[in-house]
Amino acid sequence: MSVVNNKKVGWFRSGTPWVWVSAGAVSISLVMVFGLLLLIAVRGLGYFWPVDVVAMDYTERDGTEVRVMGEQRETERVPLERLIEAGYSLENHRGDVERHLLKVGNRDLYGMDFRSVIEPDVKNRTTPEGVIVIERYEWGNFYGFLESVKASGTIVAEGAAARTELKQRLERSLALHDEIKQIEKSDIGAINYELEQLRLKQRKLELSNTFDAAQEQAISAARAEAEQRYELLQKKLTDLYAAINRDSVMVRSIEGREVEIALSKIVRIYRPNEMGYGDKLLHYFSKIWEFLSDEPREANTEGGIFPAIFGTVLMVILMAILVTPFGVIAAIYLREYAKQGPVTRVIRIAVNNLAGVPSVVYGVFGLGFFVYFLGGNIDALFFPEAAPAPTFGTPGILWSSLTLAILTLPVVIVATEEGLSRIPIAVREGSLALGATKAETLWRIVIPMASPALMTGLILAIARAAGEVAPLMLVGVVKLAPSLPLDGNFPFLHLDRKFMHLGFHIYDVGFQSPNVEAARPLVYATALLLVIVIVVLNLAAIHIRNRLRQKYQAGH
Amino acid sequence: MSDNNGRKHAIDMSALGRSHAGLSLDNEEIAINVHSLKLYYGDKQAINGVDMRIPKNRVTAFIGPSGCGKSTLLRCFNRMNDLIDGCRIEGEVNIDGENIYGKAVDVVDLRRRVGMVFQKPNPFPKSIYENVAYGLRLQGIKDRRVLDEVIERSLKGAALWDEVKDRLHESGMGLSGGQQQRLVIARAIAVEPNVLLLDEPASALDPISTLKLEELIYELKEKYTIVIVTHNMQQAARVSDYTAFMFMGDKIEFSDTDTLFTNPREKRTEDYITGRYG
Repeated sequence: MSVVNNKKVGWFRSGTPWVWVSAGAVSISLVMVFGLLLLIAVRGLGYFWPVDVVAMDYTERDGTEVRVMGEQRETERVPLERLIEAGYSLENHRGDVERHLLKVGNRDLYGMDFRSVIEPDVKNRTTPEGVIVIERYEWGNFYGFLESVKASGTIVAEGAAARTELKQRLERSLALHDEIKQIEKSDIGAINYELEQLRLKQRKLELSNTFDAAQEQAISAARAEAEQRYELLQKKLTDLYAAINRDSVMVRSIEGREVEIALSKIVRIYRPNEMGYGDKLLHYFSKIWEFLSDEPREANTEGGIFPAIFGTVLMVILMAILVTPFGVIAAIYLREYAKQGPVTRVIRIAVNNLAGVPSVVYGVFGLGFFVYFLGGNIDALFFPEAAPAPTFGTPGILWSSLTLAILTLPVVIVATEEGLSRIPIAVREGSLALGATKAETLWRIVIPMASPALMTGLILAIARAAGEVAPLMLVGVVKLAPSLPLDGNFPFLHLDRKFMHLGFHIYDVGFQSPNVEAARPLVYATALLLVIVIVVLNLAAIHIRNRLRQKYQAGH
Repeated sequence: MSDNNGRKHAIDMSALGRSHAGLSLDNEEIAINVHSLKLYYGDKQAINGVDMRIPKNRVTAFIGPSGCGKSTLLRCFNRMNDLIDGCRIEGEVNIDGENIYGKAVDVVDLRRRVGMVFQKPNPFPKSIYENVAYGLRLQGIKDRRVLDEVIERSLKGAALWDEVKDRLHESGMGLSGGQQQRLVIARAIAVEPNVLLLDEPASALDPISTLKLEELIYELKEKYTIVIVTHNMQQAARVSDYTAFMFMGDKIEFSDTDTLFTNPREKRTEDYITGRYG
């Protein structure tokens, strides 16, 4: 007995149980992290896969028979009682019943994209040949069958011939669509920007009472010239619209209703039931590419999220550019120049506590101080010509970056201070003994050697800033930004513009969307993308840090 | 007991072939003249009024037990103590006839004239080339030819050239401890100081590197006034012409090395060099 006891005590004393407990804790953490990533990856990435379209005869609750067709998106088991309560007649059944969520599309016909069916009422399930799925710019997908292709209202092809005809004409209309978009977005956008600048210039001159005839002439000449270009583009656009509106396609839904869809409204057409594995894979990657590179459509539930990716990355980069000098200078002063004493101790405590302030509080501060106070004053001083429309006195990417820079400042200060304190006194003295001043020593030796620590601080700052949403909602993020904060119009970087952000996009699509069922997979996909963006930003910073470490590795 | 025991610990002076020059410094040119130097760390006095004349182009060693103030005294010669909070100095240190604690003295310029090598090798995390060029670049020298020339001369002067001439642009941190210490010396002599202060330069080195370093010191004294602090009495005896024994912030005895080790005047010196304390 005592031997066994001793063995137990010995095992306990050896520390082995603690090793197991620690290892267990690490494993649980890893499992949770990978589980999380796996969940959002599977849910998010599955969305882009082209699912076969199934058609079925379905008996509605009131006994009417309908033909239903769509993509089977989800299946769940529902307790019988709940369905009976809901009015289904399932008296002959036992146990749970499978319920499927079908994406039936054709919102223009049915009023909604999704419907649910229960397995016992389904009959004659098939995957019909010849089903086409039409992705549209409006009204979501159309599921149906191709009848004929029309040009200027007359049928040009029917039946089998319609397929090839449609393909060619769709290619043409997509090319035209790109051209129209290019003109509307870039060219006309640039002219509008130019006209706005001219208006502001004139207003500015008027305000300063220096608006004379010569200037008036110059400005109206420039305006006339811009308007002339605008007219030309407008004419070109009219032609292009006429060309793109020429073709249309007649399609028939599963229950036999015929619909005419203009080719100008079509994003892409595919036939999932006829696609092989390779085709599906190609389609899958093209959908992912669209998601990454396109702008959102239909209240953010379709299309891509490129503006949100761009906004997130640009905002984080601006934040890093703003926070680094601030944090480094503050840390240098605190560690190298300030006399260590109660005051510096209080400052350090304050800085550390700043890191614990809830982020939304920073948002409120940013709105009150940056947007209204700073921005308002900047507008009053430098942009009176734009009044009453605010330029900087409204939420924008600059204020967002600044707010997040303040939010992450403590991390950078603490990490940099830590790094500075670790530079051996011997190296500093070596530099001073060669006739360097303190500033020269800092600049040439100490800061380079402390730069890896600085980068560590920056990595933490980026990780925190990229995931922050709450303060941004107050100081610059919007659901849909009309233009990117970086474009081809001078001065290229428009710090006063509002922007889109992946984190806010998740919130918006997930909770504010009119089409919840359609949006849910997008929430996962966007979340995955946000994680990937943060990881990439961090990896970039870590890479730079490792380079610096190699360069300035402290010897001993 | 003194003689026999003393020899056991110190070195057989006759073997080194040094002449018995006596205590007088009349024949020597004086490089550093210390006059009633007192140093306080806050309220605590670390040096209690030291007078000393350090001859030019000679090696002068400071020996003494830990905490006796020998490193502190050394650091007074290039005002390294200025960097320590609460450090206060009274008295004078005259280098080249100028009191370096005078108001008009430019510390940066002083440190250019009085080079220093520290206990632990402290190369900068830069290439060997840039390490040696550091002091020159501070002076604004950018001409590649001038730099190349001075760097070669300095590395040769520090007996390191042959070992590193093929890898000048590799990191100085990659050298061995002894090489690093010679790199630091090269870095110090690149700015052509008059005085070279060595603060226990060999304490972190292995015996072979120490030997090389000592040979180097012997060569360097042709051009520089060298003051070396060492814990190692054999080393002091081997490399120095003059030796000062310090104890508890006082200079106890200062004379030529032979005399100090073979025939110390003070009882405390004798006790120390025979190993009675320290």
